[in-house]
Amino acid sequence: MPIELHRIDDRLIHGQVVVGWGQPLELRFLVLVDDEVASSEWEQELYRMGVPPDMRVEFVSVAQAIEKYSSFVADPKPGMLLTGDIDTMARLCAAIPALRRVNLGGVHHRAGRAQKLRYIFLTRAEEDELRAMAGRGVEISAQDVPAARVFPLDAILEGEANA
Amino acid sequence: MSEDPGRPPALVIGHRDFAAGIVSAVIAITGREDLFRTASNYGLDTQSMEALLREAIADGVTMIFSDLPAGSTTMAARRAQRDHPDVTVVTGVSLPLLLDYAFASPEDGHAADAAVEKGRAAMMVARGSRSAD
Repeated sequence: MPIELHRIDDRLIHGQVVVGWGQPLELRFLVLVDDEVASSEWEQELYRMGVPPDMRVEFVSVAQAIEKYSSFVADPKPGMLLTGDIDTMARLCAAIPALRRVNLGGVHHRAGRAQKLRYIFLTRAEEDELRAMAGRGVEISAQDVPAARVFPLDAILEGEANA
Repeated sequence: MSEDPGRPPALVIGHRDFAAGIVSAVIAITGREDLFRTASNYGLDTQSMEALLREAIADGVTMIFSDLPAGSTTMAARRAQRDHPDVTVVTGVSLPLLLDYAFASPEDGHAADAAVEKGRAAMMVARGSRSAD
Protein backbone atom coordinates (compact mmCIF):
# COMPACT_ATOMS: atom_id res chain seq x y z
CA MET A 1 0.00 0.00 0.00
CA PRO A 2 1.75 3.18 -1.13
CA ILE A 3 0.03 5.30 1.55
CA GLU A 4 1.76 3.69 4.51
CA LEU A 5 0.05 5.78 7.15
CA HIS A 6 -3.07 7.94 7.44
CA ARG A 7 -2.17 10.13 10.38
CA ILE A 8 -3.99 12.70 12.49
CA ASP A 9 -1.43 15.10 13.92
CA ASP A 10 -2.18 18.68 14.87
CA ARG A 11 1.46 19.61 14.27
CA LEU A 12 1.16 18.34 10.68
CA ILE A 13 4.67 18.20 9.20
CA HIS A 14 7.24 18.08 11.98
CA GLY A 15 10.09 16.00 13.37
CA GLN A 16 8.10 12.87 14.25
CA VAL A 17 6.60 12.79 10.77
CA VAL A 18 9.63 13.61 8.67
CA VAL A 19 12.28 11.85 10.74
CA GLY A 20 10.47 9.53 13.17
CA TRP A 21 8.25 7.88 10.56
CA GLY A 22 9.82 9.21 7.39
CA GLN A 23 13.12 7.43 7.75
CA PRO A 24 12.03 3.90 8.80
CA LEU A 25 9.16 3.87 6.31
CA GLU A 26 11.39 5.48 3.65
CA LEU A 27 8.60 7.91 2.87
CA ARG A 28 8.96 9.70 -0.43
CA PHE A 29 5.85 11.83 -0.35
CA LEU A 30 3.48 13.49 2.08
CA VAL A 31 -0.11 14.48 1.36
CA LEU A 32 -1.12 17.27 3.71
CA VAL A 33 -4.91 17.58 3.74
CA ASP A 34 -5.98 20.92 5.15
CA ASP A 35 -8.33 23.43 3.56
CA GLU A 36 -6.56 26.41 5.12
CA VAL A 37 -3.03 25.33 4.23
CA ALA A 38 -4.15 24.39 0.73
CA SER A 39 -5.20 27.99 0.15
CA SER A 40 -2.15 29.67 1.67
CA GLU A 41 1.13 29.90 -0.23
CA TRP A 42 2.81 31.23 2.90
CA GLU A 43 1.78 28.23 5.00
CA GLN A 44 2.85 25.85 2.25
CA GLU A 45 6.27 27.46 2.05
CA LEU A 46 6.60 27.13 5.80
CA TYR A 47 5.86 23.40 5.70
CA ARG A 48 8.09 22.84 2.65
CA MET A 49 10.96 24.21 4.69
CA GLY A 50 10.70 21.15 6.94
CA VAL A 51 10.63 18.55 4.19
CA PRO A 52 13.87 16.98 2.97
CA PRO A 53 14.69 17.35 -0.73
CA ASP A 54 14.01 13.68 -1.47
CA MET A 55 10.46 13.91 -0.11
CA ARG A 56 7.62 15.38 -2.15
CA VAL A 57 4.75 17.17 -0.44
CA GLU A 58 1.29 17.83 -1.85
CA PHE A 59 -1.01 20.37 -0.23
CA VAL A 60 -4.63 19.56 -0.92
CA SER A 61 -8.07 20.50 0.34
CA VAL A 62 -10.43 17.80 1.59
CA ALA A 63 -12.29 17.86 -1.73
CA GLN A 64 -9.03 17.55 -3.69
CA ALA A 65 -7.83 14.72 -1.44
CA ILE A 66 -11.00 12.75 -2.11
CA GLU A 67 -10.70 13.37 -5.84
CA LYS A 68 -7.01 12.48 -6.02
CA TYR A 69 -6.88 9.65 -3.46
CA SER A 70 -6.71 6.90 -6.08
CA SER A 71 -3.66 8.54 -7.62
CA PHE A 72 -1.97 8.76 -4.20
CA VAL A 73 -2.42 5.04 -3.57
CA ALA A 74 -1.30 4.24 -7.11
CA ASP A 75 2.03 5.92 -6.48
CA PRO A 76 4.66 3.18 -6.25
CA LYS A 77 6.64 5.11 -3.66
CA PRO A 78 5.64 5.00 0.02
CA GLY A 79 3.81 8.04 1.34
CA MET A 80 1.88 9.41 4.30
CA LEU A 81 -1.43 11.25 4.35
CA LEU A 82 -1.78 13.79 7.13
CA THR A 83 -4.66 15.73 8.62
CA GLY A 84 -4.46 18.20 11.46
CA ASP A 85 -7.69 17.16 13.16
CA ILE A 86 -10.09 14.28 13.62
CA ASP A 87 -12.94 15.91 11.74
CA THR A 88 -10.91 16.22 8.53
CA MET A 89 -9.89 12.55 8.68
CA ALA A 90 -13.51 11.56 9.42
CA ARG A 91 -14.63 13.41 6.29
CA LEU A 92 -12.02 11.57 4.23
CA CYS A 93 -12.99 8.18 5.68
CA ALA A 94 -16.65 8.84 4.95
CA ALA A 95 -15.89 9.62 1.32
CA ILE A 96 -13.12 7.10 0.65
CA PRO A 97 -14.19 3.50 1.36
CA ALA A 98 -10.63 2.26 0.90
CA LEU A 99 -9.39 4.37 3.78
CA ARG A 100 -9.85 1.97 6.66
CA ARG A 101 -6.92 2.45 8.98
CA VAL A 102 -6.09 5.65 10.88
CA ASN A 103 -3.19 6.53 13.13
CA LEU A 104 -3.69 9.06 15.94
CA GLY A 105 -0.29 10.66 16.16
CA GLY A 106 -0.82 13.85 18.09
CA VAL A 107 -3.88 15.69 19.35
CA HIS A 108 -2.53 18.00 21.99
CA HIS A 109 -3.97 19.86 24.92
CA ARG A 110 -6.52 22.58 24.31
CA ALA A 111 -9.36 23.97 26.43
CA GLY A 112 -12.17 21.44 26.66
CA ARG A 113 -10.01 18.42 25.91
CA ALA A 114 -9.26 15.69 28.44
CA GLN A 115 -6.01 13.72 28.44
CA LYS A 116 -6.22 10.17 27.15
CA LEU A 117 -2.61 9.43 26.37
CA ARG A 118 0.56 11.46 26.75
CA TYR A 119 0.00 12.91 23.29
CA ILE A 120 -3.75 12.49 22.89
CA PHE A 121 -6.30 14.88 24.39
CA LEU A 122 -9.93 14.70 23.25
CA THR A 123 -13.20 16.56 23.66
CA ARG A 124 -16.38 14.55 24.10
CA ALA A 125 -17.33 15.45 20.52
CA GLU A 126 -13.99 14.13 19.24
CA GLU A 127 -14.46 10.91 21.21
CA ASP A 128 -17.88 10.49 19.62
CA GLU A 129 -16.45 11.17 16.17
CA LEU A 130 -13.79 8.49 16.65
CA ARG A 131 -16.42 5.99 17.86
CA ALA A 132 -18.52 6.79 14.80
CA MET A 133 -15.57 6.23 12.48
CA ALA A 134 -14.82 2.91 14.18
CA GLY A 135 -18.48 1.99 13.86
CA ARG A 136 -18.14 2.44 10.11
CA GLY A 137 -15.28 -0.05 10.04
CA VAL A 138 -12.26 2.20 10.38
CA GLU A 139 -9.47 0.74 12.49
CA ILE A 140 -8.13 3.48 14.75
CA SER A 141 -5.04 3.30 16.91
CA ALA A 142 -2.64 5.71 18.55
CA GLN A 143 1.12 5.62 18.15
CA ASP A 144 3.25 8.75 18.07
CA VAL A 145 6.46 7.16 16.77
CA PRO A 146 7.20 3.72 15.28
CA ALA A 147 9.00 2.38 18.35
CA ALA A 148 6.17 3.36 20.69
CA ARG A 149 3.38 1.15 22.00
CA VAL A 150 0.25 0.97 19.85
CA PHE A 151 -3.02 1.78 21.62
CA PRO A 152 -6.26 0.54 20.08
CA LEU A 153 -9.24 2.91 20.20
CA ASP A 154 -10.82 1.24 23.24
CA ALA A 155 -7.67 1.75 25.27
CA ILE A 156 -7.40 5.36 24.10
CA LEU A 157 -10.97 6.17 25.10
CA GLU A 158 -10.62 4.40 28.42
CA GLY A 159 -7.86 6.87 29.06
CA GLU A 160 -4.78 4.85 29.69
CA ALA A 161 -3.22 8.22 30.28
CA ASN A 162 0.51 8.32 30.74
CA ALA A 163 0.69 4.62 30.02
CA MET B 1 24.45 38.44 37.81
CA SER B 2 22.77 41.52 36.36
CA GLU B 3 21.11 41.32 32.97
CA ASP B 4 23.05 42.61 30.00
CA PRO B 5 21.34 45.94 29.21
CA GLY B 6 22.39 45.79 25.56
CA ARG B 7 20.59 42.66 24.51
CA PRO B 8 17.30 41.17 25.64
CA PRO B 9 17.47 37.46 26.46
CA ALA B 10 17.10 35.18 23.47
CA LEU B 11 14.61 32.33 23.61
CA VAL B 12 15.64 28.74 22.97
CA ILE B 13 12.74 26.43 22.13
CA GLY B 14 13.02 22.73 21.51
CA HIS B 15 11.59 19.26 21.83
CA ARG B 16 11.01 17.99 25.37
CA ASP B 17 13.95 19.08 27.59
CA PHE B 18 16.28 20.11 24.78
CA ALA B 19 16.22 23.84 25.54
CA ALA B 20 16.63 23.48 29.30
CA GLY B 21 19.49 21.04 28.75
CA ILE B 22 21.46 23.02 26.22
CA VAL B 23 20.98 26.30 28.08
CA SER B 24 22.14 24.65 31.31
CA ALA B 25 25.32 23.74 29.42
CA VAL B 26 25.74 27.36 28.27
CA ILE B 27 25.34 28.53 31.86
CA ALA B 28 27.85 25.95 33.08
CA ILE B 29 30.41 27.21 30.57
CA THR B 30 29.75 30.95 30.64
CA GLY B 31 28.35 31.49 34.10
CA ARG B 32 25.71 33.70 32.48
CA GLU B 33 22.12 32.94 33.41
CA ASP B 34 20.68 36.06 31.81
CA LEU B 35 21.31 35.33 28.13
CA PHE B 36 18.70 32.71 27.26
CA ARG B 37 15.16 31.86 28.21
CA THR B 38 13.86 28.39 27.45
CA ALA B 39 10.64 26.83 26.24
CA SER B 40 9.50 23.33 25.34
CA ASN B 41 7.02 22.08 22.80
CA TYR B 42 6.02 19.29 25.16
CA GLY B 43 2.26 18.77 25.27
CA LEU B 44 1.56 21.83 23.12
CA ASP B 45 -0.20 22.00 19.80
CA THR B 46 1.05 24.45 17.19
CA GLN B 47 -1.35 27.20 18.22
CA SER B 48 -0.31 27.00 21.87
CA MET B 49 3.33 27.03 20.84
CA GLU B 50 2.79 30.07 18.66
CA ALA B 51 0.93 31.83 21.50
CA LEU B 52 3.82 31.09 23.87
CA LEU B 53 6.28 32.57 21.38
CA ARG B 54 4.14 35.63 20.71
CA GLU B 55 4.02 36.23 24.44
CA ALA B 56 7.81 36.04 24.59
CA ILE B 57 8.10 38.48 21.69
CA ALA B 58 5.71 40.86 23.42
CA ASP B 59 7.99 40.53 26.42
CA GLY B 60 10.97 41.75 24.40
CA VAL B 61 12.45 38.63 22.82
CA THR B 62 13.84 39.38 19.36
CA MET B 63 15.99 36.26 18.85
CA ILE B 64 14.56 32.75 18.81
CA PHE B 65 16.70 29.64 18.55
CA SER B 66 14.93 26.38 17.69
CA ASP B 67 16.27 22.87 17.54
CA LEU B 68 15.02 21.12 14.41
CA PRO B 69 14.47 22.86 11.07
CA ALA B 70 11.60 20.49 10.28
CA GLY B 71 10.23 20.66 13.79
CA SER B 72 7.01 22.10 15.14
CA THR B 73 9.11 24.47 17.22
CA THR B 74 10.51 26.10 14.10
CA MET B 75 7.10 26.22 12.42
CA ALA B 76 5.65 27.99 15.44
CA ALA B 77 8.59 30.38 15.59
CA ARG B 78 8.21 31.29 11.91
CA ARG B 79 4.50 31.95 12.41
CA ALA B 80 5.15 34.11 15.45
CA GLN B 81 7.86 35.96 13.51
CA ARG B 82 5.54 36.75 10.63
CA ASP B 83 4.15 39.97 12.17
CA HIS B 84 7.44 40.94 13.76
CA PRO B 85 10.14 41.80 11.23
CA ASP B 86 12.54 42.64 14.05
CA VAL B 87 12.51 38.99 15.21
CA THR B 88 15.16 36.56 13.97
CA VAL B 89 14.76 32.77 14.01
CA VAL B 90 17.78 30.46 13.94
CA THR B 91 17.21 26.72 13.56
CA GLY B 92 19.43 23.73 14.15
CA VAL B 93 21.06 25.12 17.27
CA SER B 94 24.05 23.47 18.87
CA LEU B 95 26.16 24.26 21.89
CA PRO B 96 29.00 25.85 19.86
CA LEU B 97 26.42 28.03 18.10
CA LEU B 98 24.84 29.24 21.33
CA LEU B 99 28.21 29.85 22.95
CA ASP B 100 29.32 31.99 20.04
CA TYR B 101 26.12 34.00 20.30
CA ALA B 102 26.55 34.27 24.06
CA PHE B 103 30.01 35.78 23.69
CA ALA B 104 29.11 38.13 20.80
CA SER B 105 28.96 41.83 21.40
CA PRO B 106 25.43 43.11 22.04
CA GLU B 107 26.10 45.69 19.34
CA ASP B 108 26.93 43.04 16.74
CA GLY B 109 24.02 43.09 14.30
CA HIS B 110 25.28 39.91 12.66
CA ALA B 111 25.79 37.85 15.79
CA ALA B 112 23.26 35.26 14.68
CA ASP B 113 24.92 34.80 11.28
CA ALA B 114 28.35 34.46 12.88
CA ALA B 115 26.99 31.96 15.41
CA VAL B 116 25.49 29.83 12.66
CA GLU B 117 28.84 29.75 10.86
CA LYS B 118 30.53 28.77 14.11
CA GLY B 119 27.99 26.01 14.67
CA ARG B 120 28.58 24.62 11.17
CA ALA B 121 32.33 24.83 11.50
CA ALA B 122 32.29 23.04 14.85
CA MET B 123 31.00 19.80 13.36
CA MET B 124 33.51 17.18 12.49
CA VAL B 125 33.98 13.46 12.17
CA ALA B 126 36.97 12.03 14.03
CA ARG B 127 37.81 8.48 13.04
CA GLY B 128 39.99 6.27 15.13
CA SER B 129 43.33 5.45 13.62
CA ARG B 130 44.62 1.88 13.39
CA SER B 131 48.22 1.23 14.06
CA ALA B 132 50.07 -0.37 11.14
CA ASP B 133 50.82 -4.09 11.49
